[in-house]
Amino acid sequence: MSILVNKETRIVVQGITGREGMFHTEKMIEYGTNVVAGVTPGKGGQTALGVPVFNNVFDAVKETQADVSIVFVPARFAADAACEASEAGIRLVVVIAEHIPVMDMMRAKAFFKEHGTLMIGPNCPGIITPGECKLGIMPGYIHKKGTIGIISRSGTLTYEVVHQLTSVGIGQSTCIGIGGDPIGGMNFIDLLKLFNEDSQTGAVCLIGEIGGDAEEQAAEYIQEHFKKPVFGFIAGLTAPPGKRMGHAGAIISGSKGKAGNKIEALERAGITVVRNLGDFGAIVEKSIGH
Amino acid sequence: MNIHEYQAKQLLKKYCIAVPDGNVATTPEEARTIAESLGPGKSVIKAQVHTGGRGKAGGVLVAATGEEAFQAAKKIIGMTLVTNQTGPAGKLVRKVWVERATAIARELYLAVVLDRTAQKLAVIASPQGGMDIEEVAASHPELIFTTHVSPGQQLWPFQTQKLLHGCGLDGAQVQAGTGIIANLVRLAWEKEATLVEINPLAVTNDGSLVALDAKINFDDSSLSRQPAIAALDDIDQTDALELEAKQNGLNYVRLNGNVGTMVNGAGLAMATMDIIKMAGAEPANFLDVGGGASEDAIAKGFEIILRDKNVGAILFNVFGGILRCDILASGIVAAAKRVKPKVPLIIRIEGTNVQEGRAILAKSGLDFTMAGSMKDAAEKIAKVASTL
Repeated sequence: MSILVNKETRIVVQGITGREGMFHTEKMIEYGTNVVAGVTPGKGGQTALGVPVFNNVFDAVKETQADVSIVFVPARFAADAACEASEAGIRLVVVIAEHIPVMDMMRAKAFFKEHGTLMIGPNCPGIITPGECKLGIMPGYIHKKGTIGIISRSGTLTYEVVHQLTSVGIGQSTCIGIGGDPIGGMNFIDLLKLFNEDSQTGAVCLIGEIGGDAEEQAAEYIQEHFKKPVFGFIAGLTAPPGKRMGHAGAIISGSKGKAGNKIEALERAGITVVRNLGDFGAIVEKSIGH
Repeated sequence: MNIHEYQAKQLLKKYCIAVPDGNVATTPEEARTIAESLGPGKSVIKAQVHTGGRGKAGGVLVAATGEEAFQAAKKIIGMTLVTNQTGPAGKLVRKVWVERATAIARELYLAVVLDRTAQKLAVIASPQGGMDIEEVAASHPELIFTTHVSPGQQLWPFQTQKLLHGCGLDGAQVQAGTGIIANLVRLAWEKEATLVEINPLAVTNDGSLVALDAKINFDDSSLSRQPAIAALDDIDQTDALELEAKQNGLNYVRLNGNVGTMVNGAGLAMATMDIIKMAGAEPANFLDVGGGASEDAIAKGFEIILRDKNVGAILFNVFGGILRCDILASGIVAAAKRVKPKVPLIIRIEGTNVQEGRAILAKSGLDFTMAGSMKDAAEKIAKVASTL
């Protein structure tokens, strides 16, 4: 098993004929991902990379039974596209774009709740279940099928951790980038709940950063409910207060969102926190072996 | 994006929220004219810089006459204001806001703010205005009243009443307060503000409610469709290097250390800063060159990092995913040949086609130290740092 996506997952790519959409759809298909449809308004009836293109998600779902969508449309239109997928009955929407207006995301979130849609992102690399389904922009080959679940607020930082794990022979069940924005879809706790019930996953890596209190909340949940070992990492110990560090959500506001407080909360919950990123793979290997 | 107090007050006024009469001045003469035009009585002269704690730092003065207003403005304009939020370098004051002094009976706190925990806008009120709301929350949490508003909506009357009663308002003041809250929420939605804070909201001696200070932050991602708000940006408030980086599509934050960093991705960039600190040095900057990390972006990154004279070494850390390391390595070599950095360069690349990438670097004739893993990079920085 794995969580959220596997080789059966039927994927529709929104914005498939755009530059980004085309580039990444090709990589996803190469990886073996089951892409069944694409959507670009006005290009219905064409094919792209051998995939049928539809004018809207409703048609795509009707014709191909797609159940998961990935949105590659530009930030200004991304929330609208994600809500269209939601109304068309898509179960899970992955939104990659950065710089989506916060108010759009707040409205979209309420819409998803009404429709019972799951959302990952925005401003994220996506989801991958190694060997089965790559739904995002991460490099596929660094991953290896295995037992570690990964949940992260960052892209390249996750690649670094995955690479270290794979290098010491430790594979992953599913890796999810939840994104770097202040308003987002599924959070650490939502995903920990899924990993808790997933028989393939033996341990989880939780990769956080400064800003907000999602890590502190996750720590509380883990202490009370999570049954598997957790390894944590928090980026931004040296980040100054009041400055946005790249991600819209990575900012220390007053006394809130400091890396030190997050590390403390995680350690209090019994989580192994890796201090030096270079040690990540070795620490996990030492703790759980292969 | 932040704006000045005077801009925030002008915006509040457009949303029918009372602010003291006043105007903005860039010279002492203008300050005198404004003070005199406000009529008899005292005026307040306030430094316009993007920071809190201006009063304590000497950036707010009271004047009884036009001449005193002139003298106060002369003192404030041109001063470098150092507050607990500006860092030791402080901020240069170029403008003052001159307003009629308000006879204050009581100071309240009122704000609409993006609440990340709730993932919604929160409306927060407190009878303890005029001080840092975080301090109030820590010492008197029972004096903070919070409620949440659904996307695009207004509060229900019971929610507004809970806030206003919490502030100890009664009668006509509740009516005035209700209007202020509705207008603040409307402003936040319409202008896509992630913080609209009135602190203090004064109850005046004659019982009316006036916004004495205001702070507004806007969602950066909304600015392209909010041209009137985007036009309020005062680029003098941004560090010159940070501004130049932004104009070139780079995410750069200047810090106080001696080891510069250039990284792809924000999370990895922060983790790289942290590793420099653990190696016994101090990071000089945060710099995310972005997913593309083109030759031009890297060259610009080098230039910006090297403009900071504290930088004694640079750590380049890139994880090539979709972007192949061989292409990246060619970019680094070309950029370094253009910029010719004269400080030790430690390069760590990892990911797709890393062997080809390392070979290109090795053959380039570039003077640098190659690092393998993150751990190896940390050790090599420690070695260089000991010589800085």
